[in-house]
Amino acid sequence: MAMRYPQGVDVAAAMAAGFVLDRCEAVPALIGNPSDFLIVTGLAGTARDIAALTHDGAQIYTMAGAMGGAAMIGLGLALARPDKRVLVATGDGEILMNVGALATIAVLNPANLSILVVDNGHYGETGWQKSHTSLGVDLEKIAIGSGIQRTRTVAAESEIADGARLLREGNGAAFVVLRVAPAEPPAYKRNFDPASCRVRFRSALLGTP
Amino acid sequence: MAADVGERWQDALYDLLRRHNVTQFAYVPDAGHRILIDRSLADPGVHSVALTTEEEGVALLAGADLGGARGVLLMQSSGAGNCINMLSLVKGGRFPFLTLLSMRGDFGEGNPWQFPMGQAVEPVLEAMGIICLRVEAPQDVVPTVEAALTMAFQGGNGVAVLLTQKLLGAKAF
Repeated sequence: MAMRYPQGVDVAAAMAAGFVLDRCEAVPALIGNPSDFLIVTGLAGTARDIAALTHDGAQIYTMAGAMGGAAMIGLGLALARPDKRVLVATGDGEILMNVGALATIAVLNPANLSILVVDNGHYGETGWQKSHTSLGVDLEKIAIGSGIQRTRTVAAESEIADGARLLREGNGAAFVVLRVAPAEPPAYKRNFDPASCRVRFRSALLGTP
Repeated sequence: MAADVGERWQDALYDLLRRHNVTQFAYVPDAGHRILIDRSLADPGVHSVALTTEEEGVALLAGADLGGARGVLLMQSSGAGNCINMLSLVKGGRFPFLTLLSMRGDFGEGNPWQFPMGQAVEPVLEAMGIICLRVEAPQDVVPTVEAALTMAFQGGNGVAVLLTQKLLGAKAF
């Protein structure tokens, strides 16, 4: 299926800057079987990516508010469940709101936590304004500077397999930036009630709400 | 002598939290929580998580709950303001949440910078649905935090215990 570009976005400039991959293909390719992870998502785009991929499954916790919290929810979950692999899938805007969390995560360095930033260089949910990553900010360098030792930027199809491997290897926190075109995420209507999603997640994982 | 009494209630408080299966201690470094922080660092049975800002702790503890673990956020009163929007998780998601605040801008405070947030802690937290319990005497610390543990982890609430400057003493400048 062809990518759907929102009106007013300078697609040519984004492509020239390396934001070319189709998130609807690249996100599933990077994650592989989503049942291998407990997944926490950011707002909007990545919540829709992961809800579409899992049919809004019980092993995902998607956000639609509390922006800036996804990576730390992932850390708390990863520390609580060292027997499970935890994936945080979030956007460039969401991670930019709380980059200090990367420093906190690097210090703890849990072997079972991976962060995937789907970076489209824009705030898609609020009208496709450019984000800082379209204006020179490099999230992988921020992660490296924060002390996260296993990082990648995936911007071409040929780099997906390597990024996918990093997300699954249990040797300290991993951070993968997936650079994608500024195109619409999957059109998927997920459960927006954070309390019922909490009960759903805990019931599936713990057998108790 | 006063210092001995202080250490006793802080040690009793740490033991109480551990008895209630609190295994994630999140904090921004703070003099008022020094004993709890140091004991969590020395305890191989818990995760001691130094934060860069307090709102990280709210999200961390929501994640802990998703995984079936319990945590506590240790912060100064100024940190309460940094948490406000992230508390949407607690209220909207009905996550259990326990925080202990060492108060500034309170009884006997001499630093004018501490008053705006210190005096706003209760109305601001209550506006986000957090129940606030104040402690002013050493003998009330353990019973109050025990009540807070029940209200949070059995009752499913967000609860803040305010360790006031009457309890901790005002910082001298």
